[in-house]
Order: sequence, then C-alpha cells, then structure tokens
Amino acid sequence: MPRVYMDANATTPLLPEVMEAMRPYWMEHFGNASSIHLDGQRAHAAVAQARETMAEFFHCHPAEVVFNSGGTEGDNTAIFGMLRPGDHFITTSIEHSAILQAAKRVAQLGVETTLVAPRPSGLIDPGEIVRAIRPETRLISMMLANNETGVLEPVQEIGKIAADAGIFFDIDAVQGAGKVEFDVRRFGCHLCSISAHKMHGPKGVGAMFVRRGTPIEPLLVGGSHERRRRAGTENVPGIVGLARAAELAMHSLEDGTIRRVAALRDRLEEGILALPGTGVNGAWEGDKPVPRVANTTNIWFDQLEGEALVIAMDLKGVSVSGGSACHSGATEPSHVLLAMGLNKSRARASLRFSLLKTATEADVDRVLEVVPEAVGRLRELSPVAAGTLG
Amino acid sequence: MGHGVGTRSSGQRPSIGDAVTERKTIAVAMSGGVDSSTVAAMLAHDPSGGGTDASGADRSVVGLTLQLWDQTRLAGKHGIPDAPKAGRCCSLDDVYDARRVAEQLGIPYYVVNQEERFEQDVVRPFVDEYLAGRTPIPCSLCNNHLKFDQLHKTARSIGASHIATGHYAVNEYDAERGRWILKRPVDKAKDQTYFLFGLTQEQLARTLFPLGYMTKPEVREVARQHGLALAEKPDSQEICFIPGGDYKQFLTAYLEEQGEQAPETAGELVASSGEVLGRHEAISNFTVGQRKGLGVSSASPLYVLAIDPASHRVTVGADAELATRTLRARRLNWIAIPELIAPMRVKIKIRHRHEPAWATLEPGGAGEVVATFDEPQRAVTPGQSAVFYDGDEVVGGGWIV
Repeated sequence: MPRVYMDANATTPLLPEVMEAMRPYWMEHFGNASSIHLDGQRAHAAVAQARETMAEFFHCHPAEVVFNSGGTEGDNTAIFGMLRPGDHFITTSIEHSAILQAAKRVAQLGVETTLVAPRPSGLIDPGEIVRAIRPETRLISMMLANNETGVLEPVQEIGKIAADAGIFFDIDAVQGAGKVEFDVRRFGCHLCSISAHKMHGPKGVGAMFVRRGTPIEPLLVGGSHERRRRAGTENVPGIVGLARAAELAMHSLEDGTIRRVAALRDRLEEGILALPGTGVNGAWEGDKPVPRVANTTNIWFDQLEGEALVIAMDLKGVSVSGGSACHSGATEPSHVLLAMGLNKSRARASLRFSLLKTATEADVDRVLEVVPEAVGRLRELSPVAAGTLG
Repeated sequence: MGHGVGTRSSGQRPSIGDAVTERKTIAVAMSGGVDSSTVAAMLAHDPSGGGTDASGADRSVVGLTLQLWDQTRLAGKHGIPDAPKAGRCCSLDDVYDARRVAEQLGIPYYVVNQEERFEQDVVRPFVDEYLAGRTPIPCSLCNNHLKFDQLHKTARSIGASHIATGHYAVNEYDAERGRWILKRPVDKAKDQTYFLFGLTQEQLARTLFPLGYMTKPEVREVARQHGLALAEKPDSQEICFIPGGDYKQFLTAYLEEQGEQAPETAGELVASSGEVLGRHEAISNFTVGQRKGLGVSSASPLYVLAIDPASHRVTVGADAELATRTLRARRLNWIAIPELIAPMRVKIKIRHRHEPAWATLEPGGAGEVVATFDEPQRAVTPGQSAVFYDGDEVVGGGWIV
C-alpha cells in the first residue's frame, strides 16, 4: 500500500520540473555568481532570471528580492535587522517560533514586544493591533496563513493600519505563498518572507521581499552579495529551484489546481466530521466561514491522545502531524491552538491534515479508511474515554 | 538457541492482542541505553531472537521512547547540575541515541510525551513521600504507572499487541497455575525484578523481557554484533529526574518552581531511650539508616532509626538498633499466587541492593501482610518496597509501612 502524505505544511516534495530546472546548476553550470569569468556569468544570469521570476511572484521590482536560506532566516532578519533598543514590536501569539523566539532574543536588548492573541476562530482582530500601537512601535509582524490551522489573516487591513501609523510591516508568508493570490503591494508590507520547500521547491532556500528604502540591517555580513543585504555565496541551484517552484505555484493558482485541492480537503473534512466527537479548529466565526488556505484542516477528536493517533496513522501509512515537536521529538500541544483558547487536552487531541497540491481522491479515500479505525481503537483504550464513552 | 523472546517454558496462551491486529506488532521501549537497544536489534533482525513462534516472520517492531521529564527544567537551580549529556532517561543525547538505533535497524520510532503523567504519578508522590518523612522509590512507581501501564496503553492504541523492554527479568506462562510468572534473570547482578513486582497478570501477558536469559557481557556482545555504536555505553544508575543524585537540592528547587513552601517539619532529634539529643531542621533531610549529617556528635556512630511524620521526631541510635525482625507492607501485588491466604516461607528483598533474607509471610488483614524475618534485618525503611521471592520466582510485593 503506497503511503499517503498529508503533511504538506511541514514540507513538500520537489516537482519533477523543479528538479529538472535545478539539474544543470550542480555540476555543469557550477560557477560562483560573483565571479568575473564566463562560468560566473552563467550562474549570475540564472540568479538574475530567478530574481525576475520572484519579482513577478511578489509583485515587486527585482531589486527588492533578496535570496536567503528560507523562512526562519527571513523572520529573524526582519526582527534583528530592524529593531533597536527602545523600539516596540507588535506580533501575534500564533506566529511561527522563528518570530516568537527572535522576539524573546531582542527583549534582552530592550525591545518590548506585544503579543496579540487571536479570536477563538484563529483570526487576529485588526482592532487589537491598533490598540497595541505605541509612539515607539517600529514594526508589526504577522503571518499570512497560519501553519497549524490554515487560517488566512487580514494582512491587507493590518498593512493599512501600519501605513497610517507610519510603522513598518513584515509578513511571514511561508504558509500562504503558492496557496493564495499574492501581491506585496496589495498587502502593504515592507518585508515579506517565503520558503521554497513549502511549495515544492528545495529545502534551505527562500526569498524575502524588502521594499525599496526599507532601513534593514543584514543578518549575515561578509561579501557584497544581494546588494549587501545578505552575505554568502548564492545557492544557485536552490535559487533556480525556488523560482521554478514559484512559477508553477503561480500557474496552479490559475489552472484550477487550488480549487481542486480545496474540494479534496472539504471532502476529507466532511468524512472525518461524520465521526462523533470531532470538530474543526479555525473554520468558523459564528456562522461565517473563516478564510483558510485550500490545503489545510485542523481537526480535534474528543477522548483520545493526538500523539497516539499520529503514530497509529503513520503505522498505517498515513503521514499527518499534531502539535509541535519539542526538544526530544515528543509532541507538545500546539501553541497556536492554545492561543485560540483550546484547553491542553483538546489541543493535544488535534491533528493537522495538510494536502499536497498533487493529492488525489484515492488519498482522501485511504485516509477516510484509516482515521475511523484508529480513532475507534484509541477511544476504546483511552483513559480519557472512561466514563464518557464507557 | 534455547531461550529467546517469546519462549514460554510451560506452554503458550493465545494472546488477546492477536485479535486486534492482523500482524503481530511489538513495541520496544527504548531508552537509548545498550539494553533496550539490543532488545530492539534482536527483535528487528535476529529471527531466533523472537521467533520461537511461527509468527516470527510476520512480526513488526516499533521503537517507543517515553519522554518523562525535561532534564533542563530545574537545571542550574539550587546547585542542580546543568542538563546532563547522557546516561539518564530523556536526556537529549539518549533520545538521539535511541532514534539512531531505530534508524539503523530500520524500524519506526516515536517519542511519546508523558511528562504530565510522570510528574503526577511519580515526581509528585516522590516529593510528598519525602516531605512526609518516608524514603520513596520512584523507579517502581514509574514502572507501574508509566513504563508498563502507560506504555501498554500507548502500544495497544498504535496497534501493537506486546511490549518488549530491556529489563533483566524472566517472564513465563505457567499453564499449571494458569498464571504468568516473573522470575529472576540469569544475570543475578543485573536482576531488576525488585522494581517489577507491581506488574499485573495482564501486563505480564503482553510483555517480553528478551534479556532475561542473557548476561550483561552477552548483551554487549550482541550489541556489537549488530554494529550498535552504543555497545560500550556505560549503565545509568541514578534516579533519572534527579541529576547529580542530590534529592534535597531537587526538593528545594521543585517546591520553589511550584511556588510551594516546604512544610515546617523541624523537630527533636532523640535517642532510642527518649533522651533529646538536639534539634533538626526538616524530617525530609533524613532516611532510615542514614549516618552522615545528623548534626549530633557521639562516641560511637549514630544512625537514623525512625522518623515520625506526626511529631517530626527523628530517632537515632547505634547500628545494632537498626535491625528489626518484622515488617508490614501494603498496596500489595501478587504474581506467582492469586493471593496470600496462609503463612508462606519466602525470601524478602527490602531495597535494591539488599540480599533477600528468609522470612515467614502472613496475611495481615486490611490488605496488608506481615513478615517475620529469621534474622533481624538492618534499616527496614518505610516507603521502599518489599519483594517476596520463592527461589527465583517473584511471589509478589508491596510497599513498606
């Protein structure tokens, strides 16, 4: 039985086209993009072309694209590159740890951070952001789409708020990129980070939009690469792969792929929700559906341990995730779900299903076979179940 | 190969798990040490290691590590050493080692977070017992609650019918008595039955101890044969959540973290005659049999004889006075017998390093037993467990009161 991979928000496989695009740049065109000779020029041309593609992706000028190692570097660069002692920083409690841990680090330097909590739906209330603003607020950072729930945050509104207040605005778009219409001008941000491997590109490479004139210090210093905004020899094959993946992602938004993924996700969700004692985290606000990326659903299961369910499904050939891995690799309840107001046991009993854009009907069928069986067995054995399902 | 995993000396009993899973799946509890790693290697790769039954070829092995305690949690507080590198369960290096072994063997491997349950069922009772003047033994609690009860639950919930561990003990089904019997291992120096007396029949039926018929040097040799890099890794000894082994530092740091005050338990230090010799600051500073740090001087060495949690009085006396002839135990678990209904001759082990001593065991009413030793025993310590042996068999055990 082939395995079914439903953990696309963790990472995705390369698409064959991406692999092909990268192939010549490992051995044949191996030059250093900074070198004067023809080998270097060929590498430079590849990077420049990729930069133009990424400019199209971001909807920005090519000079505003900085290649880096991925989402964590982009998030860190925004915070370390922009905040100085005495500055105030606004972000949310559902951000990726690359933001939250960096905020902790600058706190030691005298940068105060306000963490805005989401509503129970997972949506950040723009009004809360407004209320958090102070005269010394220098930067607001927020994610485009949440990695755990897929909830799409109102970045455009935050962009307007930031512009009105004269505050810089950074978007962690790692989970949104390739899944929704993307336009940094419309978002109104100064900085925006994406990662290649979340959209069928290679790992260890990403890009950051840095709006022209944004005063940001580089995280890495050394050579004059990337207009002195990011030192280090360009990862030429990686950058080429990123650009090819971005092209394919733009195409997927237009050719109906994303709509197809959304339909699969909805069928999966419906199938699982047919089980008693289940529900979706971050799908509804009152009777209004919450905007979500097409590929993600986060589902709670009453009376079981999410960790055991993940393992049971893995042994049946289905990859999903629950919570976040702690230092040892054990699972801890997701800080995102806790911030949304779930109690620890419900957060622990929540699983994230995130579909690849190559997902099939058969994948969904298989998962809908495995989940009820595993859930049934777990509930039979769960100490949580004693007395309730008895 | 005479005795392998799954060998049952006196017959086989159909296992309940077979009905649950189409394929027999064994979950190996992996700590990152040489013993459990070798068990995983034997079950995963050595057909004779587990395959006395026909299902051997159709068996799958899954590695599990219980994440019980965050070793960085109290590190650096009140003199507790910084997070240990290895040799203690749940240290990062040990989890890494376990994961590497599983990867090398090509078996699935998972770390299961049981920190909350460990704190609730092991750490908290440990702290409370100490504060109450008893000397608790967390490893037995951990075995009962986490390593077996929880591990079996986790194993079954992921579709595994059995667990296997690296304990040195023998576990066999005796058809005549209709019971699972726990026995001392071949390597008496590594005998861990003292910590396993709490296992129920149901737990024993689903547990494999593949090392029971092996000596430690043999285990290391098997580890080498399987190319396990940790074949030479030293054994761990200390209580896993108390780095450095200083339980007083731990109590202080833990209570402070919980925002609790240690209860006021200062009191008198008295001789067995009743004569007051001085005062002490807290009963949790004492253990029956302790000699150092009593805070009184005497011509001949003094030992703690008794701790009274009610009056906070600590009684001290000469070594000879430590010896007692009887003990009472409660919270009993019987393994070789359904229950004790008549006096029985047994050997009793009253602490991990104690040489079992002959005694007569009698029902004591109200879920207790009373044991009368043939020879007085030194330092019978409330809070420790008493395990009863009939030859190599574990008859049962309980907690000393």
